[in-house]
Amino acid sequence: MSRAETAVPGVRWRWTFGLFRSELLTTLRRWRTLALLGVLVAVPVLIGVAVRIETGGGAPGGGGGGEGPAFISQVTNNGLFLVFAALAATLPFFLPMAVAVVAGDAVAGEASAGTLRYLLVAPAGRTRLLLTKYATVLAFCLVATLAVAVSALTVGALLFPLGDLTTISGTRIGFAEGLVRALLIALVVAASLVGVAALGLFVSTLTNSGIAAMATTVGLLITVQILDHIPQLHALHPYFFSHYWLSFADLMREPVYWENLTRNLGLQALYAAVFGSAAWARFTAKDITS
Amino acid sequence: MGETSIGERPEPDAAGEGDGVIVTRSLTKRFRGGQLAVGGLDLTVPYGSVFGFLGPNGSGKTTTIRMLLGLIEPTSGTVRVLGRPMPRAARSVLPEVGALIEGPALYGFLSGRDNLLRYDAADPTSDPRTRRARVAGALERVGLTAAAGKKARAYSLGMKQRLGLAAALLRPRRLLVLDEPTNGLDPQGMREIRALIRELASDGTTVFLSSHLLDEIEQVCTHAAVMARGRLVTQGPVADLAAGARGRLVVRTPDVAEAARVLKEQGVGDVVAEEERVTGEVPGERDLADLNAALVRASVRVRGFGVERASLEDAFVALTGEGFDVAG
Repeated sequence: MSRAETAVPGVRWRWTFGLFRSELLTTLRRWRTLALLGVLVAVPVLIGVAVRIETGGGAPGGGGGGEGPAFISQVTNNGLFLVFAALAATLPFFLPMAVAVVAGDAVAGEASAGTLRYLLVAPAGRTRLLLTKYATVLAFCLVATLAVAVSALTVGALLFPLGDLTTISGTRIGFAEGLVRALLIALVVAASLVGVAALGLFVSTLTNSGIAAMATTVGLLITVQILDHIPQLHALHPYFFSHYWLSFADLMREPVYWENLTRNLGLQALYAAVFGSAAWARFTAKDITS
Repeated sequence: MGETSIGERPEPDAAGEGDGVIVTRSLTKRFRGGQLAVGGLDLTVPYGSVFGFLGPNGSGKTTTIRMLLGLIEPTSGTVRVLGRPMPRAARSVLPEVGALIEGPALYGFLSGRDNLLRYDAADPTSDPRTRRARVAGALERVGLTAAAGKKARAYSLGMKQRLGLAAALLRPRRLLVLDEPTNGLDPQGMREIRALIRELASDGTTVFLSSHLLDEIEQVCTHAAVMARGRLVTQGPVADLAAGARGRLVVRTPDVAEAARVLKEQGVGDVVAEEERVTGEVPGERDLADLNAALVRASVRVRGFGVERASLEDAFVALTGEGFDVAG
């Protein structure tokens, strides 16, 4: 691929993880990133405590079903369900918002701080820097999702009983398999954010203001979610990155219902390809004047 | 990954060596909207020189520097740095170029040392095994060792400037591009940085230095170029440039008219009579003592007689027809 390009006489290019590691550490050491992760960790705590207080007397759930986010009615029977409930609660807004902020800031934030020009004359290489930025945002998707899941699992184990669980289809599976499903669901949720990440990165290459890029990406996120609920636009719905997000619940069916899951993953890949290419085209041709 | 080549110093192309470290031909940048930032620039920076790049704000210096470093794509014309075309050869050229562009830019939430570690990690040709040692060396060189662990946002402007310089010195470079390197420094810091620049130059590093301080250019540089309104006005050795605006003969006297007559008679060109003084071109072939004697013989009362040395500033004003005002 770029092998021939790198073989410039005399200068040895090493494709190491040095820049990625530096990028990831820099991102995770930003106060803003830590605040976002803090919010994500707090959501399952709030849900867990609220459910616990609600069912305070100890009367084992059963009633009320259908209210609130998916899975929430089962939390009192099995703490593992808090993982599913917390992911279902954060996926529509908190998780993508966190990703939108990090992705929007990725290039534009460096541009507004002026550090972008120094990275480029280092020389980081424009394609290499963009790929590193995208890899870092994807890593953040995973970290953010796992933060929610681990927090939910911890709170669930502390406040509620654990044990075998009942799938949506009514069959029973063991706790170990339940944990595997929870991990799978976390991975699918993280993968659901790939599209927002690519969109945010593209927006980030359009401006020299980190704040503007973050605000635009979060704005797009909200707009798409609203449009996705307007029935007159149903022809467009399958193309909205958020349309199949809640399909992760299908992993809790027996057998697993794959259709919407694969549609979701395919759509995310499409967004990554389209906006990734657009970001690359924009960033590699851009005059860096900041 | 694998060894793409042996780590020898790359030789510049045969054509490149004679031409200079930086060679631009008809370099032009027109920004969107049609504004001409740089027009038809032919710049040649000789190997081993300390090259001063002068011009008022808005004269196109920064745009030129950004084109040299591959940050801005020229509208037309060519740039060769270290004998190789930019921005196409950026990956092989830039590791050998240290740069300070329009002031330092730092991650305020990282320490000075971590800032340098990050910039070094961005260079794929730098050796991660020697990274810490090289960072420590660069910090030492700019006098920041004691403050290396402090968060960069707590640095003073002068310290930030030093850290920016340290980033340019993370590894041995063949060319340093320094945009206003003494900005924000106190006089002692300025002296230190100038000494550092001289030291680097004596090691054979070519230094391309932009500054608005003419005396700085005069003190440090061997060569200079002057830009005004996006165009190159002149370039060459600093001594030649200053000589271009030659010194003027100045006679201070109450007998202005008589002094002017005598000087003209003696063959002095461009004689200008002002209040209480007469100036003229310094005649190349005549001893100034004879001129003075002629004045005294004609009973001109001479209060002062001498040559006012031309400074680079005079040269600059003569060349650009303006002072250091922002170009409209």
